[in-house]
Amino acid sequence: MTSPLLSQLQQESRKLLMDRSVEGRVGATLPDLDVPECELPSTDLIRDDLPLPEVSEGEIVRYFTQISQYNFSIDNNFYPLGSCTMKYNPKLNDLIASMPGFSNIHPLQNDATVQGALQVVWEVQEYLTEITGMAGTCLTPMAGADGELAGMLMARAYHLDRGEDQRKVVLIPDSAHGTNPASAVMAGFTVKTLPSDNEGNTDLDALRESVGENLAGLMITLPSTLGLFDRNILDVTRIVRDAGGIVYGDGANLNALLGRVKMGDLGFDVIHSNLHKTFSTPHGGGGPGAGPVIAGPRLVDYLPSSLVCREEDGGEVRFKQSTPEKSIGRMGAFQGNFGVLARAFTYIRSLGGEGIRSISDDAVINANYILEKLKGSFDLPYERVCMHEVVFSARNLKNNCGVSALDVAKRLIDYGVHPPTMYFPLIVEEALMVEPTETESLETLNTFIDIMRTISEEAHSNPELLHEAPHFTPNSRLDEARAARYPDLRWRPSHGDSE
Amino acid sequence: MPSPFTPNTEEHRKKMLDAIGMDSVEGLFSDIPEEVRNPDLNLPKAMSELDLRAYASELSARNVSAGEYTSFLGAGSYWHHIPAVVSSIASRGEFMTAYTPYQPEVSQGTLQVAYEFQSMICQLTGMDVANAGMYDGSTSLAEAALMACRVTRKNKVAILDSTSPLYTEVLDTYVQAPGIALELVKAHNISLEEDTACLIVQQPNFFGYLEDMQTLSNIAHDAGALLVVSVDPVSLGMFNPPSEYGADIVVAEGQGIGVPMSYGGPYVGIFACRQEFVRQMPGRIVGKTLDTHGKEAYVLTLQAREQHIRREHATSNICTSVALISLMTTVYLACMGKQGMRKVAELCYHKAHYAASLIENIPGFSILESGNGVFFREFTVRCPIPPEEINQLLLEKGIIGGLDVSNYLENALLLCVTEMNSREDIENLAKTLREIGES
Repeated sequence: MTSPLLSQLQQESRKLLMDRSVEGRVGATLPDLDVPECELPSTDLIRDDLPLPEVSEGEIVRYFTQISQYNFSIDNNFYPLGSCTMKYNPKLNDLIASMPGFSNIHPLQNDATVQGALQVVWEVQEYLTEITGMAGTCLTPMAGADGELAGMLMARAYHLDRGEDQRKVVLIPDSAHGTNPASAVMAGFTVKTLPSDNEGNTDLDALRESVGENLAGLMITLPSTLGLFDRNILDVTRIVRDAGGIVYGDGANLNALLGRVKMGDLGFDVIHSNLHKTFSTPHGGGGPGAGPVIAGPRLVDYLPSSLVCREEDGGEVRFKQSTPEKSIGRMGAFQGNFGVLARAFTYIRSLGGEGIRSISDDAVINANYILEKLKGSFDLPYERVCMHEVVFSARNLKNNCGVSALDVAKRLIDYGVHPPTMYFPLIVEEALMVEPTETESLETLNTFIDIMRTISEEAHSNPELLHEAPHFTPNSRLDEARAARYPDLRWRPSHGDSE
Repeated sequence: MPSPFTPNTEEHRKKMLDAIGMDSVEGLFSDIPEEVRNPDLNLPKAMSELDLRAYASELSARNVSAGEYTSFLGAGSYWHHIPAVVSSIASRGEFMTAYTPYQPEVSQGTLQVAYEFQSMICQLTGMDVANAGMYDGSTSLAEAALMACRVTRKNKVAILDSTSPLYTEVLDTYVQAPGIALELVKAHNISLEEDTACLIVQQPNFFGYLEDMQTLSNIAHDAGALLVVSVDPVSLGMFNPPSEYGADIVVAEGQGIGVPMSYGGPYVGIFACRQEFVRQMPGRIVGKTLDTHGKEAYVLTLQAREQHIRREHATSNICTSVALISLMTTVYLACMGKQGMRKVAELCYHKAHYAASLIENIPGFSILESGNGVFFREFTVRCPIPPEEINQLLLEKGIIGGLDVSNYLENALLLCVTEMNSREDIENLAKTLREIGES
């Protein structure tokens, strides 16, 4: 059991680098200067002090390794985090992305010296265009939200080109990710929220009433964040397009649709894809990702710079960068997150067409299996077949036992499972959004189902156990209000002396 | 062959479909309109790991890479030594395969690293607060301009013409939609109007030279504008931090401190500012708090700025903090520490000056000056022939040359020298330039 020494050791394991610093220690070696020393510039320009830690290499490795153990991760835990597609990240992806010919090339090298990299980019462009049935892809956006911004800037440029400056309103369903309205505003639009009908589809009457001369477009996630395929989707895209609007597709949930339907065939004008979701690039604890923007015929000339095109000249193939005619410009200084693109490239080539198609089949079967097995224990707000994820509600537990979705989530941690997405989408009370992905086995799903049923029973028999969960993590629940009220955002010297 | 990434077999699928009450998987997709369901998918066939490694090796070998060649190319992405510890830590599954730390009890590793990152960025830049990371240096700069407009409630942004043109292009993409005016200004002739939200300066500037920051800072502040500085973090190993000359917002590209060039990404954007602006910052911020047992712990905080809470009223749409890359820079800064950062900066400084001293003695070549005339690890050379031709000739000798900046200055070549370039490399570059000049 616990002892004062044990608590002290626990605390010390969390000590920050600056508090471990000892003058004179070094964590790296550098070569000696091998050229004649020149005069340093005026001392006015030189800093007096550089307050960085002085720690040895072994201490650094042990420190970071120890704190890494406080994380849940795909490599270590089932991670059914809805709308995030936490699938297994194949190791070959990382190996290929770090090959020296990929990791040691400079973004401003002449195209002729990076033909292999450009071919990787070109292949990924082609595959995404084919998978989504669109007209062209630009891989430079560095995250899903960045792809959204690019797509909405393209919509803006399209309307301005046609002299329709009054098209300012973007419709966004009430179930959408928060990035959608935030991106629309950054692209200069105003947002109007669109309700869902009682089956979780877009409310067509509300949509018809909302479209008009000031309609810029619609941003919609397919399948929706309820995990449902909108049965009205063809009507939705037609109504928006007939009214002169652009249809934006948030591709966060593309993992449900691979080989089953192409978004281009459904009337989308522009979409983004999250390579860190559908195409298995690791999430990295919150990035890096990549959010390619993929355009249909109406918007393809507005894609950001740059694209890679393939030319054949006398049997010799060359790849080169180009910028579309009416491009919205640059989304970043360089050509996007190439290291992430190389991983997605590896994944697509590993699986091939048949493998890509089977992803969605397995993802959807896994989600529906969980839906079927857990609908007796948790409320199911929409009683219909789901796609790659299923949204439950803990409102029955809340009403009957005073146990919230948060309590259920935290108790799952005790059983070694990462919590589902909670309280999202906003339109489902006490929402628990479960996305198993295709990379989990039936055995893992059955274990998860047992755990969830047990937690539901515990909610009735011992609600206190859930309120106090998690019990075995290095920290119990955190005081988030305190963090926001008294922001402590950086290390400071502990003895009151200023830096 | 079945895929190694999907464990369920045909038998499992059948069992699960039985449980669901479906005859076949087709039934699960019946909400998709029939006329567009099950399209052709024209993709290549699956490859085994063995074949794919060979194919990727072949593509990788088709690139001319730094290390195989020596490189003098910088201009926003830099070839620096990265200690082995960095990739060893960053490739740990616990860091690499975790999600955004929304559940703090199972994310203390990621969160503590972010707090370390924020702390070290504050220490390096001298600023009060930093966020957990942005996409890259250029988008950090664009977000700083948007934030300056929010803070000052003004709608015009001035940017010094010695800033990276690539960064200026990104800024232009960001400011058009919200209707912010962008004005390119020259250091020697600035008059800021009252409606200017900020003056943006790159330090050292795009051509490698330090700007006279105190003067520029006074000009900005006298006009009621903020000073936004896009700084090179490696230069901060020896040069004054931006806090010394009154910067209000500091942004930077973090690639140079521990991140491979990787053909342009993933990188991490650094974003720091004065305490009073903290609630107007974009991006993730991690704070220290207590758990229910009174133990210290870390958590995402000040989330009332962010898209998942504030939706259309958020300070930005950004969700990522590029956590894995911020981890790499954190480990790098820990390894380098106080002594190493100073040493890297000095190695760059001395080697760049040695290279410049050799090149300025070659007939036909001269060193151009801008800013206050002091350069760090990059400098601009005027060449006797177009830099494009020079770079081609260098390439034939196993040298990746500099950036052709003849669009901005006639026949100008921007060269970069770091600790990766040995004396022999530098002398070989000078020798080759001399041969080119003579022929």
